[in-house]
Amino acid sequence: MSTTTTRDLASPAPAKATSAKPRRGLRGNRTFNFWLFIGPFLLGLMIFVYVPIGWSIYLSFFEARFTVTPSKFVGFDNYTYMLTNPDFVGSLGTFTVFAAFIVPTTWALSLGLALLVNRLRFMRAFFRSVFFLPTACSYVAAALIWKMSIFSGVRFGLMNTIIGWFGVDNIAWLSNPSPPWYWFVIVTARLWLQSGFYMILFLAALQNIPGELYEAAAIDGAKPGWQTFRYITLPQLRATSTAVILLLLIAAYQAFDEFFNLLSKTTWGRPPLVELYYTALGENQDYGAGSAGAVILTLLIIIVTLFQGKLMGFGRSEEAK
Amino acid sequence: MTTTAPQLSKKRRTRRGGVLGNTGLYVATGVATFLFLVPFYLLVRNALSTDAEITGEHWKFFPTNLQWSNVSDLFDDTSVDFARSMWNSLVVAVSMTVGILLVCSLAGYALARIPYKHSNKIFYLVLGTLMVPTAVTFVPSFVLVSSLGWVDTYRGLIVPGLFSGFTCFLFRQYFLGFPKELEEAARVDGLGYWGAYWKVVVPNSLNFFAAIATITFISGWNAFLWPLVIGQDPGAWTVQVALSSYMTNQTVVFHTIFMATAISILPLVFVFLFLQRWLVQGIAQTGIKG
Repeated sequence: MSTTTTRDLASPAPAKATSAKPRRGLRGNRTFNFWLFIGPFLLGLMIFVYVPIGWSIYLSFFEARFTVTPSKFVGFDNYTYMLTNPDFVGSLGTFTVFAAFIVPTTWALSLGLALLVNRLRFMRAFFRSVFFLPTACSYVAAALIWKMSIFSGVRFGLMNTIIGWFGVDNIAWLSNPSPPWYWFVIVTARLWLQSGFYMILFLAALQNIPGELYEAAAIDGAKPGWQTFRYITLPQLRATSTAVILLLLIAAYQAFDEFFNLLSKTTWGRPPLVELYYTALGENQDYGAGSAGAVILTLLIIIVTLFQGKLMGFGRSEEAK
Repeated sequence: MTTTAPQLSKKRRTRRGGVLGNTGLYVATGVATFLFLVPFYLLVRNALSTDAEITGEHWKFFPTNLQWSNVSDLFDDTSVDFARSMWNSLVVAVSMTVGILLVCSLAGYALARIPYKHSNKIFYLVLGTLMVPTAVTFVPSFVLVSSLGWVDTYRGLIVPGLFSGFTCFLFRQYFLGFPKELEEAARVDGLGYWGAYWKVVVPNSLNFFAAIATITFISGWNAFLWPLVIGQDPGAWTVQVALSSYMTNQTVVFHTIFMATAISILPLVFVFLFLQRWLVQGIAQTGIKG
């Protein structure tokens, strides 16, 4: 590749020592190289991640409507406002309901798909691709298909056509909060979009289970099927299952796209981020209250993340390095 | 593939008998496949139908004539500049992919391989951002970007997303496992950190770079919340924001809306078909093991 003469250019300082131990020659340049490699990233991280967070904390203590350079200090008023605002508190309730639906169903469906695909001997790659393909679709595109074709509230929507064949009246899937059919629409959309992703994680984990475990179980008289699944497969997937459930929770917490598009203009079914969007960027442009909301949501998710770290042993792998 | 099949299948048969027999297995797979493909079927059917066929009295399983003219209807439609939004999405997704790969890989390499006394402190700065998901901070980010005057610009769409602590963390983890011998050989050849990085480390890490690139491209193309916040002028809309606007428009023209959706998904289907290997590998590597 290169000739040895370039070494002197790269590390001119301790030129004499280089012949004995080439790596020592680089020490003088390490600091420089470290900053050369990490400088752009760190600068960006400061400006675009840390500054906004700091600014947001600052704004949350001021009355900041239509302005980002406020002058009226209001203490914790924005926090009191958000925490006593039924819409914001309600959005946390919406998240809870959503998580209660989406986390177990996605877990079960993606595990089920992985078990199916893992057992296939014929056209396995094809079926894996079919279940994985929706991962490439955007939430907006799925919301559009769900809202305007499958669960369209009018006669020509697919679901209304199908229930019509059985003589059932049209259902207003999204435009009527009672009964809350909109949950069915939202949950099926997200199931379709994300199950394939978690299926891949489960597939990778399934293939890591040592075959000897199954052989040993067979010798011990475990019946193939449910017993093997219950006492071998499921316990072996514990780490993956925990990770999947926490990833699903965090993803549900950040849900925005499908709620915003499926339920635009409605007042029900608003998860936290949608509520925050309307607070900060809606008609009032209330950046103070919006920032307070962002701080509250961030604190909540940090608690979850720390809890997750404990569960997943995130810190442990760090110490090992 | 065929050579290993008998061995594999024998092993598998002894390992897993069935709650489901083989028939049950394929019936379940068939039903799931059918359900997973229904949305794609509807998308294609609607995109190539006339409005009369979509909204007709009886369900039409497939259009009588494939309405390819729907494509020109879509691009002739002046209410939403769809071509512009596709172009914007392409610029954003490609720039984000290139930018993130460059900035985050260099930073990850520094944290993994260049000894420096404050390295740990800086690593904690990066780790700290992992606890705060970017979606939650869109309000403060918007405040910053609007004070920079970057609303409705490519800069505003792209730059704030480049400094991903998570991607940097993934690169660091990856480089920790990169064989040291290769770099030492480069040192013997007289390369410094910079030279070794570009001539030895990157060329030997293309699989990992491809995996991250594929994931980044897809999420850049599909991003909605940030482009919605930044793209206030229709000229700065990405394709997702344009699609979203169709859903709230007063007038609904079904065939162009579905053609637009189909076209917006098309690039990703290609990415998916050709790069699936890296995508699967990337998810398996980064999803948990990260």
